[in-house]
Amino acid sequence: MIDPSLFQLVCFYAFATVTVVAALSVITLRNSVQAVLALVLTFFSTACIWMLAEAEFLAIALIVVYVGAVMVLFLFVVMMLDIDQEKIREGFVKFLPVGLIVAVVMLVEMLGLIGVRVMHAQTMGENPATAAGMSNTEWLGMALYTQYLLPFEIAALILTVGVIAAVALTLRQRTGARKQHPSEQVAVKARDRVRIIKMAAERPAESQSAPAQESKP
Amino acid sequence: MITLSHYIVLGAILFCISVAGLFINRKNVIVLLMAIELMLLAVNINFVAFSRFNHDVAGQVFVFFILTVAAAESAIGLAILVLLFRNRSTVNVAEIDSMKG
Repeated sequence: MIDPSLFQLVCFYAFATVTVVAALSVITLRNSVQAVLALVLTFFSTACIWMLAEAEFLAIALIVVYVGAVMVLFLFVVMMLDIDQEKIREGFVKFLPVGLIVAVVMLVEMLGLIGVRVMHAQTMGENPATAAGMSNTEWLGMALYTQYLLPFEIAALILTVGVIAAVALTLRQRTGARKQHPSEQVAVKARDRVRIIKMAAERPAESQSAPAQESKP
Repeated sequence: MITLSHYIVLGAILFCISVAGLFINRKNVIVLLMAIELMLLAVNINFVAFSRFNHDVAGQVFVFFILTVAAAESAIGLAILVLLFRNRSTVNVAEIDSMKG
């Protein structure tokens, strides 16, 4: 019988390895479409790691929102733009040493900071949601709809602004194309279409003969 | 036994990978946007881990908001990218210098 905590640890290492390898391939792959697919793999294995931390709602939200929506948007854009793949990687070798040095120095500094606290490594303990007699989603929702209600509504507002901005940026008015203006069609009044002129009544016979007489001389 | 350090180290590694990606990919704005997404993901891992290990719901609520803002950010970023490609026919960062910054 395998010890459950040992199994969790093995799972964590497996998912973490996949995450790191996929993240490395995101920044090194030559083809942009493959890079997006590697990013999908990174998000998916991160969602698995969040599952291990018993953050079920966020793990599913990450898959639904990121893999389902944002990454598809990235794929759309990557496939829509006709990018010259060869020219893109020209500066790769030139900037590689700088990038590596900065990244490695940052990593060493961060690991040093984390290493200070490794002595009293904190373990997970009991799941706070289960301790409160709720599921993770319920636990999160309880906080979100009471304590964080205003930020939640502001987040909705931010998403609306994002939608409007994205549409407003990419909307293109074609010149020379014929199209309808629904707002003008709705706003039109009867007097804009038909002009009623008051004029004296005339007999039909006279009106026909009058221009003929004028043109004679 | 998974400890807090496991999660933080993973977050740190992911963050450094994305910083390296920002330096390496100077020719492609799309990969730069993806590196920023990776960076936000690394921060989110830390938030989830701290929330779980310190028994505080605020961390997970914060991840929720970061996901929201990141989605809006990438939508607007990609819209700007499409606009840029339509006008300049390039995604090369070195050629996008009309603002002379």
